[in-house]
Amino acid sequence: MLVNNKKMASVADSAANQNPVKGRSQWQDAMGRFKRNKASLISVYVLAALIFIAFFGPALSEWDHETIDWGLTGNAAEMGAPSIENGHFFGTDDLGRDIFSRVLQGTQISLMVGIIGTIVAVVVGVLYGAVAGYFGGRVDNIMMRFVDILMSIPYMFILIILFVMFGRSVYILFIGLGLFSWMDMARIVRGQTLTLKHKEFIEAAVAAGVSDFTIILRHIVPNLLGIVVVYTSLMIPNLILLESFISFLGLGIQEPLTSWGALISEGAKTIQYGTLWQLLFPLAFFVTGLFCFFFIGDGLRDAFDPKDR
Amino acid sequence: MFSFIVRRTFSSIPTILILILISFALMRLAPGSPFSTDRGLPPEVLANLEAKYGLNLPWYEQIYTYLRGILFEFDFGPSFKYTDRSVNDILAQGFPVTLTYGLWSFVVAVAVGIPLGIAAAVKHNTKLDYAAVGFSIGAQVLPNFVMAPILVIIFTLWLNWLPGGGWNGGQWQYLIMPIIALSTSYMASIARITRSSMLEVLSSNFIRTAKAKGLPTRNIILRHALKPALLPVVSYLGPAFVYMITGSVIIDIYFSTGGMGQFFVDAALNRDYSLLMGVTIVFGVMTILFNAIVDITYAWLDPKIRL
Repeated sequence: MLVNNKKMASVADSAANQNPVKGRSQWQDAMGRFKRNKASLISVYVLAALIFIAFFGPALSEWDHETIDWGLTGNAAEMGAPSIENGHFFGTDDLGRDIFSRVLQGTQISLMVGIIGTIVAVVVGVLYGAVAGYFGGRVDNIMMRFVDILMSIPYMFILIILFVMFGRSVYILFIGLGLFSWMDMARIVRGQTLTLKHKEFIEAAVAAGVSDFTIILRHIVPNLLGIVVVYTSLMIPNLILLESFISFLGLGIQEPLTSWGALISEGAKTIQYGTLWQLLFPLAFFVTGLFCFFFIGDGLRDAFDPKDR
Repeated sequence: MFSFIVRRTFSSIPTILILILISFALMRLAPGSPFSTDRGLPPEVLANLEAKYGLNLPWYEQIYTYLRGILFEFDFGPSFKYTDRSVNDILAQGFPVTLTYGLWSFVVAVAVGIPLGIAAAVKHNTKLDYAAVGFSIGAQVLPNFVMAPILVIIFTLWLNWLPGGGWNGGQWQYLIMPIIALSTSYMASIARITRSSMLEVLSSNFIRTAKAKGLPTRNIILRHALKPALLPVVSYLGPAFVYMITGSVIIDIYFSTGGMGQFFVDAALNRDYSLLMGVTIVFGVMTILFNAIVDITYAWLDPKIRL
């Protein structure tokens, strides 16, 4: 007997009973790598806390973002300092409005601008890039030439002209910022699509007679998601920066609504009166929020593209 | 090389034309007339005003006149709000100011950012490297409109060393804070890009060969590694220039330097369309030409680009 039958049987038995090895998708791998990145993971929690405070914090305060505390109006430097007693946790501005509520309200707007603007930019950019890359040839040439032209225009000025001419509602801000930020995404997506479109599964879809539009939506776009997620996470802070920039100039968000940029602008204009809290609290939220987004973006990039470290 | 320069320069002309057309179309599409006020002007006065500025002509004649004015006489037309001044006067007043501190900021960002990035890469994983990386991460969240008030708090309110604003003919005390505020975040980006591309180049085979030949480190860095390492930096300079030009608006507003940004924002708030377009076109043309220069530099640096 060369083979131990009993042993063979037990091996065969255990092999048969063993659960099939679970495959790990690209996403699970990426999430595993992301969780090992301390800075990014902490940023996720801090950001979650920030969002929670922004939307539920106003309930803590007896003042809302537009009510004026008349007792303090015009007297912010002496009486408007942060205090627990009169309910102005972060102090008041020169008009007597509560900075705590205003900062939280501004945080809501800034986060929403970043996220909604990014959604607009991602949808436009991904579709544009995928179409250009998929069809190739002359279509690609014309479409990308157009992107080149758009990118060499200082679009901030055009954007400001748009705001001035068509009113400064929040919705125009959301959509306008998105519509001026999709070009980078379109370029990246086009490059990826060019490499994807000669893969066998696309050829199979073409051979099966699937329409071009369906191929783009069902087969190309899902395969681009990794890189899109990375650039999306880096686009959010950049849009928040853009919005802050425009609002700092007084051309963005309009009273009584406010945003990080508008608050920093107000705070910066009044520092010579010694009301530093007007600048420092919005600034702290701004810096914390942006840091979180940048760290999460970096973490995602390392997670999805591990060779690029 | 020469033919490439000529081709690249001429290819920016259609872009400039499109820029002018977009600004013009926006002005035409805008609801309301630039002369409409809250109280409303009598229709005859309005008609006279529109006739004076040529707004009653059909749009193709307006655009023809406007384009001809810019291209052949460098004339951006009259300002709609400052009745005694043309857009040219205003540009002539604001442009030199913006150009002065803008160029300085650009030079400072490049002259500090690139050596810092190289030093960080050469001294990889030392304290200097960590300091440089920390600086470039921190500066990401310190854009010009955050830097400006922080600088004023430190240097004007606490230390009382520098004036908090103004221009005063461009004396150096008035230049320092605008330049620092405008250049910091781009300096950090340039340093970060230089560092990562230098690290990549330093780990490549031809550098190992150079080391094996016994070349001094200094020669390896300056003669062999620098040129390829600068490629990504050069391609970032185009966008950096755009951001700096845009950022100058913040500087003008916050430090009251009296550059173009101040006029741009005033024009935006006053709905002075011709001034708005004038500023946009001048900034846009500068950007487009600068992008052409960047492309030419890139072609000169990168041997892989066949001309």
